[in-house]
Amino acid sequence: MEFFLQQTLNGLTLGSVYALLAIGYSMVYGILKLLNFAHGEVYMFGAFAGYGVLTLLGGPASPVVPVWLLLILMFLGAVVVSSAIGVGMERFAYRPLRKSSRIAPLISAIGVSFFLQASALYLFTAGFRTYDTPKLIDISTGIPVGPIRVWLVRVLVIVGTAVLMVVLTLWVNRSRTGKAVRAVSFDREAAEMMGVNVNHVIVVTFLIGSALAGIAGVMTALVFGRIFHFMGFIAGLKAFTAAVVGGIGSIPGAMLGGLLIGMAEAYTTGYISSTFQNLIVFGLLIVVLLIKPTGLLGKPQLVKV
Amino acid sequence: MPGSSRPPESPPPESRPPPEGGEPPSGIGVDQWVEQSDERREGHRGFTAPARRAFDNLKPGWRLAIVAAAAATVPYLVQPGGVRIAIGILILAMLALGLNVVVGWAGLLDLGYVAFFGFGAYFYAIVASEQLPAHWPTWVALPIIVFFSGALGVLLSLASRRLVGDYLAILTLFFSLIFVEIVRNFQRLPFVSEDLNLTGGPNGIPGVDPWSFFGFEINTFNRHYYLLLVLLVLLIVALHNLNGSRTGRAWRALRDDVLAAEHMTIPVNNLILLAFATGAAIAGFTGTIFAAVTVGVFPTSFTLVFLITIYAAVILGGAGSIPGVLLGALAIGYLPELLRSPRLAGWLFYFGLLVALVVLLKPWQRLVAVIGGVVVFGYAVRFIAEAVWPEATTGTAAEGLISGFLDGWVLILGEHAEIITNIAFVAAIAGALAVTVVKGWWQVAVLIPTIYLGILVWENRLVFQPSLTRQLLFGALLVIMMAVRPQGLLGKKRVEIT
Repeated sequence: MEFFLQQTLNGLTLGSVYALLAIGYSMVYGILKLLNFAHGEVYMFGAFAGYGVLTLLGGPASPVVPVWLLLILMFLGAVVVSSAIGVGMERFAYRPLRKSSRIAPLISAIGVSFFLQASALYLFTAGFRTYDTPKLIDISTGIPVGPIRVWLVRVLVIVGTAVLMVVLTLWVNRSRTGKAVRAVSFDREAAEMMGVNVNHVIVVTFLIGSALAGIAGVMTALVFGRIFHFMGFIAGLKAFTAAVVGGIGSIPGAMLGGLLIGMAEAYTTGYISSTFQNLIVFGLLIVVLLIKPTGLLGKPQLVKV
Repeated sequence: MPGSSRPPESPPPESRPPPEGGEPPSGIGVDQWVEQSDERREGHRGFTAPARRAFDNLKPGWRLAIVAAAAATVPYLVQPGGVRIAIGILILAMLALGLNVVVGWAGLLDLGYVAFFGFGAYFYAIVASEQLPAHWPTWVALPIIVFFSGALGVLLSLASRRLVGDYLAILTLFFSLIFVEIVRNFQRLPFVSEDLNLTGGPNGIPGVDPWSFFGFEINTFNRHYYLLLVLLVLLIVALHNLNGSRTGRAWRALRDDVLAAEHMTIPVNNLILLAFATGAAIAGFTGTIFAAVTVGVFPTSFTLVFLITIYAAVILGGAGSIPGVLLGALAIGYLPELLRSPRLAGWLFYFGLLVALVVLLKPWQRLVAVIGGVVVFGYAVRFIAEAVWPEATTGTAAEGLISGFLDGWVLILGEHAEIITNIAFVAAIAGALAVTVVKGWWQVAVLIPTIYLGILVWENRLVFQPSLTRQLLFGALLVIMMAVRPQGLLGKKRVEIT
């Protein structure tokens, strides 16, 4: 029972991070029909931005500001850097390709991904860094759940993600811009004719997706510690899987998919072997796609002539 | 060279005189034949024009013969190491041609392509090494492997029949990923006994037999090279004929508009299966050669990075055009090798920079202003740096080019080199992006510091990190290519009808 709870907790933490990342994939796909392969790199830069703030403010052992303020600043730094990269990427790599064939933005996204990865290797050099969170927040602090004690950082990740998702759902469903986002993802041309500023909507989409990716980057680094220039690749792939399993283009689908993939990975690692973790996750995707080609919550695409 | 329905060397759009009325030269309503012959007449200017025109007017077969004859002399002109590189390029060219069938002609985004290549390579390695142990004769192994590769392609295509557009790309992408995972963890999979170790796991399979036909072993670099060259020529001829055939035309119809093709009674589903199978068979076949040439197969050879390399070759040259794809494979295969030597990479860097400036800055005054500005800017920065902070300029001379013979122009940083070059790197990227936004003389004003910072970063850091530089340039190349010329070097622009 204890082991099961532990794995569920792992799954929830992982799933939260994947869900945050998957939302970015899903929103961008919903609006631009673009598979943004560079999204994982945005997440990686977010993690590094958090590390930069942490180091500037004295490091985990002796921070110069209170811990809560430090955490807020780290998340803020990650959000700023990630959104800047996300919006810049849209402006310079994807916007010139709006009217070209479907494959061009895909190749461009792969190029951006390569470029950002190499840039990170240049800026931060190879090798692992760590947030060393246990020095910052004692590992014994936390909330008891049944037989186990949940570390405060994990609580922060899970609750933080839940709050962000509620806010995002409310924003998309209630606010004016949220409505515009939905309109553009439903039919871009019609929305444009109704006076929706499509460029603005696209920029906002990239901004939100990238900010969430930055937050996810800091969260991962807080819980799992290590950051390195290649971390965006595999996390991006998993989150992408999550987005597709949930139905790419659908925000609730991305959340569901993220949690599902996180759980699947945690249980596989816990009960079978970590060797199969990727195999199970990717296999899950193929099975879901073969049974329901548009993902769990995705709507079927209509072909108009 | 094949591709008679399209000119093999269409000139870059800048060199063509602007057509009357500002209408684009290609598009709906322009007769294709008129357009092509116009291109041929006006296309070539300058010294080499007569030779290029004569080359264009040759029959495709003669063009192929000339290029193949030139390629056949390569082993006599380069060192043994060079032949190895050339073999790599030929393998890449064969793979790119196979991918071109699926992506360029049939218009299917197949991201599982590299798995078929891996399948062929592993299949050959298993049946022709000490792994089982089995040593099938090559002429038995080849047809079987090609058949099963094609069958695997049909299977994947059947499984993904219900998926449209991007979902096909996604499913095939995960097919590639799963292939590598399976190969890497084979003997630990469920339902597989511990004794049955087919793939060798992460260590791969070493000691694969060379190809041999009735006692004649193909085991040296030169033999591999000529074998590959002959196979490539045969493949080109076959694909050229296929492209002109009924099937080829049907594929192109499918690519341009599936619905319309279906209404013209083209059997869409069968053609998709056929395209996947053809691509997979070519990839599997190339895999057997790859396994024999590298004398071993390892899971790391079949990852997404290599898939992207193949895609880059197809896209760079121009998807759909055989000469274009060959050119793309040559460029993508050879450029990384050039970047390996710092001195050569330096020449390439500065030459590329100069060419880009000459092409992009149209009135010559601007070009002069930029180049002069960069030189002046460099000396100014040096002057200020020596006055304000002399410790920072005490680095030892780099292997980069400019600091070699223009001593003292560009700063070679000593103290805090890493942090300064990091800032310079970010600033240079920001500058390069800003150049694409601003207009007129502002562009010159932004270009000057950007180029200086770029050179600073190059001379201080990048020149020592060839693999990093390669990845950086590769990424930037893909993005720039897509923004400037998405149809590739020799590809034809397609008008998207929505």
